[in-house]
Amino acid sequence: MIQTIAFYLFAVLVIASAVMVITARNPVHSVLWLILAFFNAAGLMVLVGAEFIAMLLVIVYVGAVAVLFLFVVMMLDIDVAALRAGFIRNFPLGIVIALVLLAELVLGIGAYRTGAIELGTPMASDAPAMVGSNTGAIGALLYSKYLFLFEAAGIILLVAMIGAIVLTHRPPKSKRGQQDIGKQNRRNPDEATVMKQPTVGQGVEL
Amino acid sequence: MTEFFQSLGMSYEWAWALATIAGILLIALPLMLAVAMIIYVDRKVWAAINLRRGPNVVGPFGLLQSFADGLKVFLQETIIPSASNKGIFLLAPIVTFTVALAAWAVIPFSAEAVLANINVGLLYILAISSLSVYGVIMAGWASNSKYPFFSAMRASAQMISYEVSIGFILVCVVLYAGTFNLNEIVLSQKGHGFGIVNAYGFNLLLFPMWVMFFISSLAETQRVPFDLTEAESELVAGYQTEYSSMAFALFWLGEYANILLMCMLNAILFWGGWLPPVDWEPLYAVPGIVWILLKTFIFFFFFSWVMATVPRYRYDQLMRLGWKVFLPLSLVFVVLISGYLMATGHYGAAA
Repeated sequence: MIQTIAFYLFAVLVIASAVMVITARNPVHSVLWLILAFFNAAGLMVLVGAEFIAMLLVIVYVGAVAVLFLFVVMMLDIDVAALRAGFIRNFPLGIVIALVLLAELVLGIGAYRTGAIELGTPMASDAPAMVGSNTGAIGALLYSKYLFLFEAAGIILLVAMIGAIVLTHRPPKSKRGQQDIGKQNRRNPDEATVMKQPTVGQGVEL
Repeated sequence: MTEFFQSLGMSYEWAWALATIAGILLIALPLMLAVAMIIYVDRKVWAAINLRRGPNVVGPFGLLQSFADGLKVFLQETIIPSASNKGIFLLAPIVTFTVALAAWAVIPFSAEAVLANINVGLLYILAISSLSVYGVIMAGWASNSKYPFFSAMRASAQMISYEVSIGFILVCVVLYAGTFNLNEIVLSQKGHGFGIVNAYGFNLLLFPMWVMFFISSLAETQRVPFDLTEAESELVAGYQTEYSSMAFALFWLGEYANILLMCMLNAILFWGGWLPPVDWEPLYAVPGIVWILLKTFIFFFFFSWVMATVPRYRYDQLMRLGWKVFLPLSLVFVVLISGYLMATGHYGAAA
């Protein structure tokens, strides 16, 4: 019973906050509703026993991706009225996209009902048996059966990261504002200061 | 505890609900008391280091100072700026406070005293601590004022930066322990150092990780020398500028609950948690909760000590430390430690 209550709670909250994401007038509110939706989706994953995926969902999507969304949306000065002005003009296009999505959904559900696709049988049981926690099971699968896919995904991410750095990196235009932390830390009082003891009526000669 | 309520003749569901609520209250209420007392300790330590007397008027030795402050704040008027975004403005302190309490669910106070003994305890802590940035961002944005907004941006950049290196440091601990469960991490430290000391801190590969974890936990909780979000000389009071009364108090309580959590994590991950410091039979007679509270208190003293003696970092220095020093160092140590564990065949201790 506890699980049923929890399921309906999470499911209702996911759908309600997803609806609020697209209906909220303020874009910052939209992002906050999106975060609530992510969070409740993680709750649903805990319910089906995939606690590792649930935690990763919260850490990656709520903890990192949504923070960046929120950053960007807060910085942008979005005028909602201007966005809504083109509503009638873009209405036919929107309807077409909605119909395409609906058709895809109907097709997808129909295909799902007819049964799973035969993808062939695994060559050998090279993957270790699913024992212990699902964290261990995911690790065992990733590093044995899907090792090459996993490594390829890692390399693609690395390339994307380097690409982003190369695209955005600009060499500094001037020397102003460039600080050498090592040089700052190497300074000591002996070479940076001098002790002067001027007599009365005499200034300090620098 | 569920069995106890069931023995009173309740159905399983009701017993479970009551036991969970009782467990939450058993953790949250003493935690609030601990926060009040730890603020007093904090002020006394700064006072002692600054050669002052500190709070000494309310109650014996000023022990009731925090409660007097709390009462004062409670009786004040809650002021909501007219230009603020009211809903989010009020939600922000609630989020901060709730998230600060939620993380305590997986903390093992002793072998049995843990509310939720889940397999992914450490990941849960990481997930919850990545949530705590939202309270700050929401407060900064909803205040609709310059300084809180600057503070919110600083806070989110700072917390995201240091969470990266904290993540790698936690990976090192997990590699040694072979589990994400906090109780098992504590148990795997039994007799770890030289066969007699119950701590990962004495491991030469993990000691540098602890130093980095301690500094990162200062940054994660926005304590001096990393308190740029509340830098009073630049930003008035940072994201809390527009808050008053209980809303302000909730931020305050959440902040100190987070600090206590980080002190406790230092103890659990590197210094043996609820195990006695030395693997010697008579010491196990002392209940585990005494040891973990003692260790937490020592780390809290370190936090206060740092606060009273170290000046604030500049923002570029903070970012440099996080990204150019801690991140590469922790990455190198992940490789070093996993290489060492593979070479010696100690990996998968719990599996």
